[in-house]
Amino acid sequence: MRTARVAYGGALHEATPRAQGLRLNDGRIVAEHDVVWLPPFDVGTIIALGLNYADHVKELSKELTLTSQDEPLVFLKGPGALIGHRGFTRRPADATFMHYECELAVVIGATAKNVNRADAMKHVAGYTVCNDYAIRDYLENWYRPNLRVKNRDGGTVLGPWLVDAADVSDPHNLSLRTLVNGKVTQQGNTANMINDIPALIEYLSGFMTLQAGDVILTGTPDGVVNVNIGDEVVTEIDGIGRLLNTIVGDAVFGR
Amino acid sequence: MHNLDISFEVAPWRLSGVVYGTLMNDRAALAELGDAVDRPPYNAPPKAPVLYVKPRNTLAASGASVSVPTDAGEFEIGASIGLVVGRTACRVSESEALSCLAGYTLVADLSVPHDSFYRPSIRFKARDGSCFIGPKVVSGNEIREPDRLTLRVLLDGKLVHTASTSSMLRPAARLIAAVTDFMTLSPGDILMLGVATGAPRARAGQHFAVETYTIGLLEGTLLAESEAVSA
Repeated sequence: MRTARVAYGGALHEATPRAQGLRLNDGRIVAEHDVVWLPPFDVGTIIALGLNYADHVKELSKELTLTSQDEPLVFLKGPGALIGHRGFTRRPADATFMHYECELAVVIGATAKNVNRADAMKHVAGYTVCNDYAIRDYLENWYRPNLRVKNRDGGTVLGPWLVDAADVSDPHNLSLRTLVNGKVTQQGNTANMINDIPALIEYLSGFMTLQAGDVILTGTPDGVVNVNIGDEVVTEIDGIGRLLNTIVGDAVFGR
Repeated sequence: MHNLDISFEVAPWRLSGVVYGTLMNDRAALAELGDAVDRPPYNAPPKAPVLYVKPRNTLAASGASVSVPTDAGEFEIGASIGLVVGRTACRVSESEALSCLAGYTLVADLSVPHDSFYRPSIRFKARDGSCFIGPKVVSGNEIREPDRLTLRVLLDGKLVHTASTSSMLRPAARLIAAVTDFMTLSPGDILMLGVATGAPRARAGQHFAVETYTIGLLEGTLLAESEAVSA
């Protein structure tokens, strides 16, 4: 089962995929481009991982002032960062390096407190795709990555579908990739996470209670490149979804 | 969904449950780091406001109790004014910033003490029930000068810390302007103005209170983890 949340005809709907477009929960069949796609579930706490793929750590090693880690690098986001499939993300005029990050998003389905590794996957409701943009020009070394880099309005794209956990036989063997204007610029596999999903749930639930609707963005592999105004960015994970986003400039936002 | 049942007399009437903290807004807190701000891992003093997210599992109402992690042994009691957003604030100027607020509340942000501010330290700042908010939201009609408020912290009824919002690098309006340049604040969201340096520490068994004259008293009790499980 996979579900989306969309706006159509003046109301919000849950929708499921059809060969042509999607079916709203009231029975109407509509085209993909005729709806406004929202994040596919009611999102609670947004938990993101930095440096969770070994190849990406290597890619960034030149600019890191500290590289050794004894625990996962976790940061949080607010709800204003989120947008859905086919949305638009602003690239500020003064940015010189803005990049996408294709990530597997793990959606929590049951309250998790002090959960051990062996029981962790029972707390997963499903998965979706995330494209978590960063603007490296704004990086500062205080609570890094700071919110000006990672909690920008519209900078975290989520969707299109929430895919039930039962339909994903091995979330640790999924190919993921990013295409900019149709050209593959990033490739990886969830098998290469440093901290896998059970490890993350065990770690996080050891100090904060996770609740249904909380989402863990599990990090990105190497291959992050700059994107420019007008670029169409597709972040895609096999079996989970293909998430489209377009980069726009300040003028669209009246700046 | 959150457990802050605080309603107030102006729009949006209720809190959204979204809470942002502000680190290093106190001039003295930054000054205390001295030359360290220019050395690794920081390499420079902060330019933009240093913000953090208080997730919903942390939110607690006045009068609640919170368990102190056994390995930490104590919590730092970070007292701050909470700026409560009344209408959507996106790219607001300093001069219009305060008019976006529904009012003000108190926040007691309890953290596991930590010396490094390089990484976001979620394990120290996102403990269940560690962010107390309340006891009420007081409108801007009653608080005309949010940058001239005195906050007191009491442990077991004894005054241990006094701070003034006048010590902030970015006063309320300037902070709102800087933050809403890149992230919209929505009705019911709270932005903490910032915690003053010298925040006291408390152990399991202690009772804390944060108070300011116009808002009242926000209080809580610290428990050992074992007590909290059996409670």
